[in-house]
Amino acid sequence: MTAAKLQAAAKPGFDPRRIKRDFPIFERNPGLVFLDSAASAQKPAVVIDRVSDFYRTDYANVHRGVYRLSARASDLYEGARETTRKFLNAASSDEVVFVRGATEAINLVAYSWGTTFLKAGDEVLVTELEHHANIVPWQLIRERTGLKLVAAPIDASGGLDLAGFEKKLSNKTKLVAVTHLANATGALLPVEGIIRMAHQAGAKVLVDGCQAAPRLPVDVRALDCDFYVFSGHKTYGPTGIGVLYAKKDILESMPPFQGGGDMIEQVTFEKTTFQHPPYRFEAGTPDISGAIGLARALDYIEALGRDAILAHEEQLTGYGVDKLSSLPGVTLIGAGQRRLGILSLDLPGIHPHDLATVLDQHHVAVRAGHHCAQPLMDRLGLAGTTRASLGIYNDESDIDALASALIAARKMFG
Amino acid sequence: MDTRELYQDIILDHGRHPRNFHALAHATHSAQGHNPLCGDRVTVYLELDGDKIKDLSFEGRGCAISTASASLMTEVLKGKTVAAAEELFRDFHARVTGNPHPSSHPSHGLDDEMERLEPLTGVKAYPARVKCATLAWHAVEAALKDGNITVKTE
Repeated sequence: MTAAKLQAAAKPGFDPRRIKRDFPIFERNPGLVFLDSAASAQKPAVVIDRVSDFYRTDYANVHRGVYRLSARASDLYEGARETTRKFLNAASSDEVVFVRGATEAINLVAYSWGTTFLKAGDEVLVTELEHHANIVPWQLIRERTGLKLVAAPIDASGGLDLAGFEKKLSNKTKLVAVTHLANATGALLPVEGIIRMAHQAGAKVLVDGCQAAPRLPVDVRALDCDFYVFSGHKTYGPTGIGVLYAKKDILESMPPFQGGGDMIEQVTFEKTTFQHPPYRFEAGTPDISGAIGLARALDYIEALGRDAILAHEEQLTGYGVDKLSSLPGVTLIGAGQRRLGILSLDLPGIHPHDLATVLDQHHVAVRAGHHCAQPLMDRLGLAGTTRASLGIYNDESDIDALASALIAARKMFG
Repeated sequence: MDTRELYQDIILDHGRHPRNFHALAHATHSAQGHNPLCGDRVTVYLELDGDKIKDLSFEGRGCAISTASASLMTEVLKGKTVAAAEELFRDFHARVTGNPHPSSHPSHGLDDEMERLEPLTGVKAYPARVKCATLAWHAVEAALKDGNITVKTE
């Protein structure tokens, strides 16, 4: 689609300049050009206020008290689970487990599902585009299970090499763990096809939705993925809260990840029986305010319109690609067939950290380094990149400011 | 602070054209420095003659600050005693972290050397970059202490 068509597809009234006013950080930091939402997104006032109101008005522990205040807090917490279910179009809110973030979600799947169902010789297939959070947990349980970690290659354009992926897929593959949208480069993966192929091979599929959840509509039933994970703080919600979605029958087959209160049915010193999912996986007092704040963020996103957000991100990504790839001495790292919301740059001769320091002087906040994707950086032959990532509050002026700052840096470092 | 105060010409020059940038055939001590945050790696090589640093050099990849710091370091430490090198690092470290020694004008007679290193002290205004300026120094310290190891700045 051309930029003009995408602009037309955007919901009438989707105005990043107006949206920006919903985020107090920009009021307190005038002139801030925030291009690091892929690391963590800023929070709208409605989320900040929701968390604060909850503590002021309705706070008590959940699932414990018989008093009305505790019942109210429990209702709000379970309401947040239902909001999250809708956000993912899951079949049941029992399929939504609240965790600390996507990292914990993947570790939960690795330790609970992985150590139960994977045995020596079984393969976990990831891609070269993965974040460390979707590599290291599999390595950690490799010691216990004897699983083999296999990585599907990228192609010359920076997208996933689908033929290469298919070649790595076999009847030994028990799990495909793949990013929906690569955090280091912005490559949007064709997860529908990947999931289909994986299921045909008899493998389960985990999708890391950290970068996708805030940028495009996600429908776990249409995708037919077995696990989907995302973090609240990248989705305009609080830190410390994240989501593991898993199909109900799979969750029911999984043993607890951690033991404690709230996840048990009956405890004696001889034997303990566990709650059904999702409670089996939420030992101890959960991040109640985090879940409620996350639900407010998801409501906020839905009100803006997820198709509208996608159209905005696509339009601005296209603008960024045009603008930045025309700059001399600036290389845009390839993102395959479809790029969304993330522009990773290499300025030959300028180290990303030097560049980020100079950009910061121009009030441009970007991420510099390996983006927790060292295997990908090695594959690309780079020590790191400078990454600009977009959010709902960014517009063309942010890209323009980045471009001017890049030109200034290029001038300074030669 | 303007970034030009950090990236002075001497820093840019040493960053682009580092001096003593090679392995050392007769090295008696060496160590690797690694900054896991950015993936930067530096290996330092020293040839000691008694307690004197007869020669030193470095290799690796890093940002302009870490490369320039390593390069300038090799220039000022060449020919110094181990004790003088340690003294210089203490003083340098204090300045780049913005915590000058109580005796901020030490009587080590190394004022010329400190003056050479002065352009690097601009990093004190950039806390995230202090580790870049000290990476090679930490490696030298480790090489002198243990002979052959990897140190991390984190």
